[in-house]
Amino acid sequence: MMSSVKRRVAVVGAGITLFRRRLKETGRELSFYAAKMALDTAGITLRDVDAVVCGTAPDAFDGVHMKGEYLLDGMGGHRKPFVRVYVGGGTGVFTPIAAWWHVASGHFDIVLAVAEEKMSSCYPHPQKAFTTIFDPMLTRPLGANLVWIFALEMQRYMHVHGVKKEQIATIAVKNKRNALDHPCAQLAAKITVQDVLNSEVMVWPVQRLDISPPSDGAAAVVLAAEHVAKRLTDDPVWIEGVGWCLDSTYWTNRDLYYPKYVEYAARMAYKMAGIKNPPKEIDVAEPYDPFDYKEAHHAEGLMLARKGEYLKDVKDESDIFARYGRDGDLPICPSGGLLGVGNPIAAAGMMKVCEIFWQLRKEAGKRQVKNDPRTGVAQAWGDLMQVGTVVVMRV
Amino acid sequence: MERRVAVIGVGWSGFAPQTADLSYKELMFEAATRAYEDAGVDPRRDVESFITCAEDYWEGFSIFDEFVPDQLGAVMKPTCTVSGDGLYGLAMAVMQIQSGLFDVVAVEAHSKASDLLTYEGVLRFALDPIFTRPLGWHPYALAGLEMARYLYDTGALEEHCALVVEKNRRNALANPLASYGATVTAEDVLASRPLFEPLKELDVAPLADGCVVMVLAAEGVARKLTDTPIWVLGMGWASESIAPEIRDWCRAVHVELAASMAYDMAGITSPAKELDLLEVDDRFSYKELQHVEALGVCTYGEAARLLEEGAFERDGELPVNPSGGCLGVGNLLEVMGLHKALEVVLQLRGEAGKRQVPDAEVGLAQAWRGLPTASSAVVIFGVEKEVGKA
Repeated sequence: MMSSVKRRVAVVGAGITLFRRRLKETGRELSFYAAKMALDTAGITLRDVDAVVCGTAPDAFDGVHMKGEYLLDGMGGHRKPFVRVYVGGGTGVFTPIAAWWHVASGHFDIVLAVAEEKMSSCYPHPQKAFTTIFDPMLTRPLGANLVWIFALEMQRYMHVHGVKKEQIATIAVKNKRNALDHPCAQLAAKITVQDVLNSEVMVWPVQRLDISPPSDGAAAVVLAAEHVAKRLTDDPVWIEGVGWCLDSTYWTNRDLYYPKYVEYAARMAYKMAGIKNPPKEIDVAEPYDPFDYKEAHHAEGLMLARKGEYLKDVKDESDIFARYGRDGDLPICPSGGLLGVGNPIAAAGMMKVCEIFWQLRKEAGKRQVKNDPRTGVAQAWGDLMQVGTVVVMRV
Repeated sequence: MERRVAVIGVGWSGFAPQTADLSYKELMFEAATRAYEDAGVDPRRDVESFITCAEDYWEGFSIFDEFVPDQLGAVMKPTCTVSGDGLYGLAMAVMQIQSGLFDVVAVEAHSKASDLLTYEGVLRFALDPIFTRPLGWHPYALAGLEMARYLYDTGALEEHCALVVEKNRRNALANPLASYGATVTAEDVLASRPLFEPLKELDVAPLADGCVVMVLAAEGVARKLTDTPIWVLGMGWASESIAPEIRDWCRAVHVELAASMAYDMAGITSPAKELDLLEVDDRFSYKELQHVEALGVCTYGEAARLLEEGAFERDGELPVNPSGGCLGVGNLLEVMGLHKALEVVLQLRGEAGKRQVPDAEVGLAQAWRGLPTASSAVVIFGVEKEVGKA
């Protein structure tokens, strides 16, 4: 495996829309905005694009069958090679991975990767669409929903490691505060640990402020082969590692305290990027945080902390900012993450790739981390607590 | 020069109008087991990446790849969904190998169309919810309109479309995987029930279930594992907008673009001479003519005459759909293209039995994504050329 990755691939442009409930705009329009911004920042037009890769999660949100085909002209795919890849919630980080192999294989020089999600059209609530991700015979009849299974996972994580809810709540505080500096953010706020603990209980131990909001939005990146990237920009951000891994369908049979599939995906990406000591070699990370405990869970899967130790000695807000804030030891989710910026599924994952791009180019403005970052990692997660997708980027 | 990639194993299961005794997982398991056996690989040890080709609405639940890894042997390995026809999945697998990331990749696609209570209802959900769906059309009306436009533009007749049905269903009689082999005459087709004029009942491929798994490998591995690698010489895919008001109604531009990409890669300059057989998408009879023209093996508007002259028969100059095509094998949803690839691989290996096209060395598979899309993929396969042979 990874016998001969020879062609280097760079990100040369990124685009994103406001993350909001956007009733007046179709998914095609959202895709267009993000794609346009990505092309503009790369200094190219659609005519320069050789192929388009689409990422979007369940068709059930929009009630559109073959959603990729529906979105394709908004994404710039008319009369171009266009394909949609899909790994549930992991799609946002997987879309640039698929775009990467388009370029790395030598077939294309410039590829546009666009991720879109429009959840607000799902009636009465996007959670209804999520009830259809369960096995129709084994699990669906139980009336399972996503918050339900996350409550199981969060409980298990807390139980195995003796982590407290107060500690986990600091992640929500950090990310929502970070998001105050993100122009696209939906739920940026200055809140306290007490606010999280006092918020409405959804499914114990998950409370309202532990969860990221459903949203509408799109994000995009432009990938280019080395010789083209160097012509287009002085600051290409190289994709140096990609990894993904899917665990068994039978999630009830695995111990939920640790996402081994994320670890495997990370190992694949780190091996490709030549990373041996992740916490030392990675300067900024965007692990997937649809729920606050998930940031800890995934950071451990990414081997940025030992199992159960992401929140070790984190007692309050000042501890988490000292450790993982923008000027902390290892900045985590400087964007504000899904908890702060919002969670339009596929677009949210791509947002993390965009954020690493901006951070490494030092274009993140008020969100810029202070440690002169050279290497960043973006990660998403999806399916039935089952899939990890990881991209390592470098300047 | 990119790494060369070969198909080293194929497996299939199902291929019947109903597979009530098997779940989709069992169909996949059977096909995968056969493909791994054919390739001589152990999926847990040797296969590094898995691709499943599926659309949520066909499956009846969201995020299909959740339900894939166990029966493919893909647990805790790089696995993903390509929301598209099997040929797209195959193209992604080739690129994964050519990027240098993997040496062995498996691709799966299936149809469990018999589980669909309302095929038409699902298809309707593919129409634009604001502009097209409210018109209340059956999506096949688009095919009727396009057929009318195509016939008007090219001068081809409904009789020619009927001849396509006659040929393909006859071809299907020699194919054990085909569900709809029959001796049907052009007159039978013309006399069948009108659906969306000029489209008639027998112009439309009926649904079928089936599953195909293919194992692909980089050159070095392929040579170690098999004496009969079938090389992927070229591939291409392209789309036009799903909006019927934007796309071309006469020519299959998406096929033209996909074919041109595939020919460039394969170094093919005169496809009519260099290709030995075609498997093209014929979900509707006129589509075979339209697609054959878009593939550039004849000029636009010429396919009807060539068909009439017998050029596309199994023993003709350029056999088209020797498997029986969709009209004979069935509308296989997302495994359509992979079935066509399977047929080409079997033909090139000389394993096509009674329907063997003699001396087939280079073959092309093309699949369209079906209504209401205008998206297609093309893959060209070839056998090992012996030294000294042109």
